[in-house]
Amino acid sequence: MADLNAPVLVARGIVHSYGGKPALDGVDFTLRAGEVHALMGQNGAGKSTLIKVLTGAERLQRGSITLAGAGIAPTSPHHAQQLGISTVYQEVNLCPNLSVAENIFAGRQPMKPWTRGGGIDWRALNAQAKTLLAGLDVDIDPRRELASCSVAVQQMVAIARAIDISAKVLILDEPTSSLDADEVKLLFRTLERLRAGGMAILFVTHFLDQVYAVSDRITVLRNGKLVGEHLATDLDQPALIAAMVGRAVPAGGGAQAQAQEAAASSKTDCVLRASGVSRRGAVDDVSFELARGEILGLAGLLGSGRTEVARLLFGLDRADAGELVVNGAAVVLKDPAHAISHRLGFCPEERKTEGIVEDLSIRDNILLTLQARAGLWKKLPAADGRALTDKLAQALDIRAPDLDGPIGTLSGGNQQKCVIARALATDPAVLILDEPTRGIDVAGKQEIMNRLIELAREGLAIVFISAEIDELTRVATKIIVMRDRRQAGELPAGASPDDVYSMIAAAPDRGAAA
Amino acid sequence: MKRLASHALFWPVITLLALIALNTAVNPGFLAVSLRDGHLYGNLVDILNRAAPLALVSAGMTLVIAARGLDISVGAVVAITAAMAALLIGGSLNLDGETTSRFPMWFALVAALGVATLCGLWNGALVVGVGMQPIIATLILMVAGRGIAQLITGGQILTIYYPPYSYLGNGYLLGLPFAAVLATLVIVALHALLSLTPLGLFIRAIGINPVAARIAGVRSRPITVALYAFCGLTAGLAGLIISSNVKSADANNAGQLLELDAILAVTLGGTALTGGRFSLAGTALGALIIQTLTSTIYSLGVPPEVNLVFRAALIFIVMLLQSAEFRATVRRLVTRPERA
Repeated sequence: MADLNAPVLVARGIVHSYGGKPALDGVDFTLRAGEVHALMGQNGAGKSTLIKVLTGAERLQRGSITLAGAGIAPTSPHHAQQLGISTVYQEVNLCPNLSVAENIFAGRQPMKPWTRGGGIDWRALNAQAKTLLAGLDVDIDPRRELASCSVAVQQMVAIARAIDISAKVLILDEPTSSLDADEVKLLFRTLERLRAGGMAILFVTHFLDQVYAVSDRITVLRNGKLVGEHLATDLDQPALIAAMVGRAVPAGGGAQAQAQEAAASSKTDCVLRASGVSRRGAVDDVSFELARGEILGLAGLLGSGRTEVARLLFGLDRADAGELVVNGAAVVLKDPAHAISHRLGFCPEERKTEGIVEDLSIRDNILLTLQARAGLWKKLPAADGRALTDKLAQALDIRAPDLDGPIGTLSGGNQQKCVIARALATDPAVLILDEPTRGIDVAGKQEIMNRLIELAREGLAIVFISAEIDELTRVATKIIVMRDRRQAGELPAGASPDDVYSMIAAAPDRGAAA
Repeated sequence: MKRLASHALFWPVITLLALIALNTAVNPGFLAVSLRDGHLYGNLVDILNRAAPLALVSAGMTLVIAARGLDISVGAVVAITAAMAALLIGGSLNLDGETTSRFPMWFALVAALGVATLCGLWNGALVVGVGMQPIIATLILMVAGRGIAQLITGGQILTIYYPPYSYLGNGYLLGLPFAAVLATLVIVALHALLSLTPLGLFIRAIGINPVAARIAGVRSRPITVALYAFCGLTAGLAGLIISSNVKSADANNAGQLLELDAILAVTLGGTALTGGRFSLAGTALGALIIQTLTSTIYSLGVPPEVNLVFRAALIFIVMLLQSAEFRATVRRLVTRPERA
């Protein structure tokens, strides 16, 4: 079995520092042929640095790396790839305007034999791409423009590009963070196939259940140091979390108690009511009521219409049917600014492209919405702005060396907190959060969830969207399940993840993914 | 913050000083400024005066570029404004030497600037309302604008005989050229507006991440349209100065290639062409650099036939000086022997 297989990639005593600040401190790592090896750790544990060193994105400073017995020192990702170490990054690094086949073979496209450097052999290119993708169980036309493919297929294309170069080692850096459950299954099937072929696979993820679904072995890092290497079967989930965090983490929750609390205290305090809200091609007929202190969970697979509902609620798209009542007044939301004026707050799904304004300071990012609502002629006094951002940074525990520094330098979890702080700065009645915990490490996730529960206790109404059903069932006082862009049903607080899954699966006809 | 700003303007200032030093080396009297009839005269004053139209246009362009836009129609807007002003003031040479204007001058100025602002609004509407690429949207007016200006002038170069009008481009206020005073006032007022209101924050947010800015509630559409309208207005002011300066309106040549000089001035000043980061002071310096460069070419006595080539070479050198990558490369080349 896997543990009998020979080590392929061995790193010993890796020490790496950025400008004197150590990121890795004597880390050992062994990757064997025919295994899927999960690299786990909180943000800042050194996972990315280790991967960068292994793939040549960072020069090896101290320690040794051997690949199949021979010492190597990759100088660039391209060099590492030539040596046989291929990497698929978290954000898909492909050209969306090229075709699938072009993306796979860009830079090493098959040429027609009778020309040198002149003619690309398009037929061979597309045929080879087709074969390669078929080997990964992806059945699409390789001539399609990449941008028209789902993120999962794009991920597969990235993998196809990586493994085509006769790789011995495949490194996947958070490949699943934007995939839904079916797509993850498809990816895992591919990984299993590659593993059976003897590929050594290194896999980084924040999703704990996925670690157990696919990995043979787990290596845990903490604060740049190796905590340990374990067989996946020997390390259960609580033990894994404890190893990553360095202490036991209590799971937040109490949704039921809170639901009762909310129901008892404020039955009539309905702040947001949707009846039959629809938009052609996006969502059909969504209805719910949301009271102060309630957390409404929106569950469903990727593409089920979760995000589309959030966009309608915040005026990012306009509803073409149905009614939305905010604080007792029927409104037709024209744009986000309009929604904000009705005391709605929003934290978008894509933190980098829709959330943060990267080069602006943390303070400016947090104050942006408040200032935009106040308008052009009412500049927020600087002292008030500082006081408010200090307060919010403390309340949400935003860890930043300097609030006047650019937000782009913060970790993902802290950036996310800033986007939430931006919405909270306007004192909203309803806060809509689309995947607020995506791509954030376990401890950060838990912190954000706990903070949301507190906010709800203080009377905020929350609409909460998450792909992680157990996270949703833990905090929501009410869950709406979306399926095929329709409301499949509503579940009360205390529903189990299985209840949600069975409601998602109850569809009479569910198309296969991809 | 202050240190950062001075750092960002460091290279534009160095470039300008280098050009002035070059001129002084060639012509020792270059720096001399004298007072005649209560007016300041001298090469430096002349540069200030002549740089005014470009500085105005570049100020408007800076904001448009900062919000991820571009306006290549400013040269055409200069021509339209000049033609409008010339048509409305008109004036004819009477036999007794008395000249009158067709409409009151204030009306002509307001109407011409109104038309310029409308031109900017049109650009903004195409970019924001129709969703066209800025370079294409403003290309339309860049091409059509010259035609419009020709329609206004009837295909001729209109001469403006009304003496008060020539004050804009040739007059003096408190001893300084009026055009330079006007450009300075506009830029200072704009700077005040940007720092006293959150407009600067909004523009930067739109320029860095328009999607996130919209979601954060920034009304990017009206703001962007207003920026294009303002850019039209500054082009209009430049058009008035230019036509006043030569006392005529030439639909074909007024403001010719001004859009490219404006983009160059904006770039020289350290504003990112990709949007977000911008500096008004840098743009003003950029305009001065370009005008000084032009003076340099005259003072060196470069033959007309190689004028453009020489200018291109100078611009190339200036851009290299300003490029952080180039400076880093030079530094590496210089320090390598020590390391080895």
